[in-house]
Amino acid sequence: MIYADNAATTQMSDTALATMTAVMKETWGNPSSLYGVGQRAKEVLEEARATIADIIGAEPREILFTSGGSEADNQAILSAARLGEKSGKKHIVSSAFEHHAVLHTLKRLEAEGFQVTLVDVHSDGLIRPEEVRDAIREDTCLVTIMYANNEIGTIQPIREIGEICREKKVLFHTDAVQAVGHVPIDVKAENIDMLSASAHKFHGPKGVGFLYARKGIRLTSLIEGGAQERGKRAGTENVAGIAAMAAALREENAHMAENAAHLTEMRDLLIAGLRGIPHGDLNGDARRRLPGNVNFCFEGIEGESLLLLLDDKGIQASSGSACTSGDLDPSHVLLAIGRVHDVAHGSLRLSIGPEITAEDVKTIVGAVTEVVTYLRGFSPIWRDLMSGKKEFIL
Amino acid sequence: MALYSEKVMDHFRNPRNVGVIEDANGIGEVGNAKCGDIMKMYLKIEDDVIQDVKFETFGCGSAIASSSMATELIKGKPVADAMKLTNKAVAEALDGLPDYKMHCSVLAEEAIQSALEDYQQRTGKRIENGGNA
Repeated sequence: MIYADNAATTQMSDTALATMTAVMKETWGNPSSLYGVGQRAKEVLEEARATIADIIGAEPREILFTSGGSEADNQAILSAARLGEKSGKKHIVSSAFEHHAVLHTLKRLEAEGFQVTLVDVHSDGLIRPEEVRDAIREDTCLVTIMYANNEIGTIQPIREIGEICREKKVLFHTDAVQAVGHVPIDVKAENIDMLSASAHKFHGPKGVGFLYARKGIRLTSLIEGGAQERGKRAGTENVAGIAAMAAALREENAHMAENAAHLTEMRDLLIAGLRGIPHGDLNGDARRRLPGNVNFCFEGIEGESLLLLLDDKGIQASSGSACTSGDLDPSHVLLAIGRVHDVAHGSLRLSIGPEITAEDVKTIVGAVTEVVTYLRGFSPIWRDLMSGKKEFIL
Repeated sequence: MALYSEKVMDHFRNPRNVGVIEDANGIGEVGNAKCGDIMKMYLKIEDDVIQDVKFETFGCGSAIASSSMATELIKGKPVADAMKLTNKAVAEALDGLPDYKMHCSVLAEEAIQSALEDYQQRTGKRIENGGNA
């Protein structure tokens, strides 16, 4: 089996798993309790906070634990909106290819009377900082742009966008769910005010993540109750999950350079191999993308069939086709970078992990080539394209 | 739980009656690439019986399986029977489809209807579909 869907989720590392079970077994107290087993849990919690803060260049008190990336995105955006409306600022700048945790939160705010400007994503899958600058208005209270896209893996010019926001005195949030643990991040150097992350994208457990919020930013609670997390996130802390997240991130961070070097090499091999399939194209810039992300469109085929047949060959991947989402439209990300519907349905995302070998890459390229050729063999669109009745797009 | 029934996966992995009939006398194409599904049906009808049927499909697993099953259900049958094929019958023969994939079975029904329509136009024959065939 070759698991190439690490952007969906990753397998927990042994370190994370060992940490999680050890905490559950030995440090099971409530961190709010005064006695020993509670206070030891509190120590575990604060150690995890310090570890995570240190890795992204933040202070421990700037890290708030959440149930994952979606909650962190919701809280960051709603907090900025609540702060903004106090001074009459009800405009937010974002992009069309954000995760739905961001887009749907913005929709909710629009219904409340906020205005949202979505800057263009260019065909290379990148946002232009100057266009973000142009979109910022007097009444802008937040810019939220993802660090790396979850489908096509393109890494945005975060530092530049952060600089612009700093200069314009507008809060800057980034959904860094796909980036944390995979590329180096320094929130201070990159002028990031708020950042969302999710543990299960970097070999930690599901159901846990964090929000970094620069000191001085007043957060709005999504969950009311006890005074946990400085009163900004009620509920007894998921101590074991949080400790496992910190352990996973520490490990990923320690091996980041070597993992990235290996993944980049394998990624480029994959891209080169898949370029051998005619009438296909890479989605997003070939260089400015996550080390483990490959995303192609193949004309004349549909993504779900491709995935099912790849699964039969022991390869797990994903697609932005409508049929994989239960929606009629294909991926909003592919449409945002200008892919037309016909082509967007035939997309394939391979998000590889560090265990991948050159032999695996060969297997994947062989399998994808075989399946695409097979499906084109009885595709009426392919017939029309080959007979000249229809013009190739790719 | 798997997304699809064993039957769907069988017809998806080993689709029956795939291809083209060069001398077809009824051809129907439905769906569009924008929505991600296109089905094309080729019929060879002689003496009011579907002697041969083939299909080409651009679409998801259930679209391919629905096309395959639909061809099986009408092959060798009188045209009047084929005319009465419903999407429900296709879905049932596949041991069910997920709710949001039912439109694939609708497309299969429509593709056959469209091919039979084409046959009637080409030959000027009317297929009686009201009574018992």
